[in-house]
Amino acid sequence: MSVTILAIAEQRNGEIKKTSFETIRKAREIADELGGSLKALVIGNTINDAAKELGNYGAEQVVVVNDEKLTHYSTTGYTKVVSEIVKKENTGILFLSATALGKDLAPCVAARVDGAVAADCTELKVDDGDIVATRPVFAGKALIDVKVEAPVKIFTLRPNVFAAGEPSGSEASIEEQSVDISGDDLKTKVTEITETSKGKLDVTEADIIVSGGRGLKSPDNFYLVEELADVLGAAVGASRAVVDAGWRPHDEQVGQTGKTVSPALYIALGISGAVQHLAGMSSSKYIVAVNKDKDAPIFQVADYGIVGDALEVVPALKEELTKALGK
Amino acid sequence: MKIAVCVSHVPDTETKVKVGSDGKTIDPSGVNYVVNPYDEFAVEEALKIREKDGGEVVALSLGGDANKETLRKALAMGADKAVLLKDDSERDSFAVAKGIAEYLKSYEPDLVLVGKQSIDYDNLQVGGLVAEFLGIPSVSVAVKLEIADGKLKAEREIEGAHEHVEASLPCVIAAQRGLNDPRYPSLKGIMQAKKKPIEEVDAAKAESRVKVLGMKKPPEKQPGKIVGEGVDAVPELVRLLREEAKVI
Repeated sequence: MSVTILAIAEQRNGEIKKTSFETIRKAREIADELGGSLKALVIGNTINDAAKELGNYGAEQVVVVNDEKLTHYSTTGYTKVVSEIVKKENTGILFLSATALGKDLAPCVAARVDGAVAADCTELKVDDGDIVATRPVFAGKALIDVKVEAPVKIFTLRPNVFAAGEPSGSEASIEEQSVDISGDDLKTKVTEITETSKGKLDVTEADIIVSGGRGLKSPDNFYLVEELADVLGAAVGASRAVVDAGWRPHDEQVGQTGKTVSPALYIALGISGAVQHLAGMSSSKYIVAVNKDKDAPIFQVADYGIVGDALEVVPALKEELTKALGK
Repeated sequence: MKIAVCVSHVPDTETKVKVGSDGKTIDPSGVNYVVNPYDEFAVEEALKIREKDGGEVVALSLGGDANKETLRKALAMGADKAVLLKDDSERDSFAVAKGIAEYLKSYEPDLVLVGKQSIDYDNLQVGGLVAEFLGIPSVSVAVKLEIADGKLKAEREIEGAHEHVEASLPCVIAAQRGLNDPRYPSLKGIMQAKKKPIEEVDAAKAESRVKVLGMKKPPEKQPGKIVGEGVDAVPELVRLLREEAKVI
């Protein structure tokens, strides 16, 4: 029997997230290897036009559930919709991005559709007709290969790891379906969304991260990190030490008790590189470190290091990059 | 309010992971185990709610005898009771959540608090699974919680924003850093915790569904080069980033 993979594409404010394109592309590849088909699912309100874009990344068919009550995410509401569509489409494999939404939704759906979740996968391949997922554990200090043994196998894919590829220019066909959302289905309801990042990128979504640590000596010097991040269009990160000290908000913390990230470029400024910090960022493609201590552990994982005082090097780096990037 | 708080027993963040002899789990030798850091936020929140509204806080942990240490910590912080859901086998999130949910069906809590994820297997699943097994709502990655008149309001961290969520009770809350500042157990609390009994119950049976085929270390990152010292090295660094790494 041929399998159908259902891949959830996520929208915020009516726009499909970039990481959903990555997830759809990978789902397409796995569906092809399994000799199965792929359908994408988008949930929201009046989102048909955005959903058509998914054709660009390999989803020819997109199921859209439009409902005013689903404009914002609701754990219970979205769980109902996804579970109903999984049953209706008789799908045995579900893909989501391991975003705030995907990580919240996946286990709830798993419980309802008799499934199980391999979370935050960084590699997926087909072995003997079954999907083998690789996922980091201990914040990346180790990797495990897993198989899901359940009627519905659910995989969440870590953002920024899989390539979305170039858009192909093809438009997906839209199939609108409705799911009744009433009463208990909205036991959780989002009433408001407040931006915390003042329009800045979140570390989990950024291609470049500029992180600061104790070597910046004072919270007042963090403007250096912010300015460098601005030049690069990067997100601002922080070490646990400076978050614990109250210099920076906890949502910037990179490491085992913060966020695990894999950007294309990670710039560590005045961060010595505690085990738990390295765990959270060493899968970055390129790492730059600036630190006064030439024996700091951060240099063990850095591709390029400068031994020096971050307070002196960072302004020079900002100036040089501004020139180089023609800004 | 009857509040259940789930705590897990995990290797601390200083742990350098070595793969064990079975090739599937970590080598526990020399590893220091602690209360999962996110669970401390869950315990603290439970205690704060009890201090405000009264009621009882029961700490639950699923695992072997070693987990008693973590339950003692929850008692020392101020939990009223502790229950060990005994099972020595390795369980995935699904099987852990089944064990917890089965126990909670008879306990009938008004609120269940968990840490958003344990820092060993980083699944971020137990809260959502327990909630669905009990047929109640959940809010994960919570950084703010208010309960009044049988209604719950929470803030949940998402990418670059907070979602303000309203939910009905009973509810499961998965705590994120930022929710509160966990207290240190007082000396009196530690002494009292030693005397409080830890109830032991066999965990309800449940089969793991995510099968581990093998564990490995990530590829070692080769140390790169020191480009130079101080500001003089900056032009060369920028050149390397552009021409060699091609990341900017």
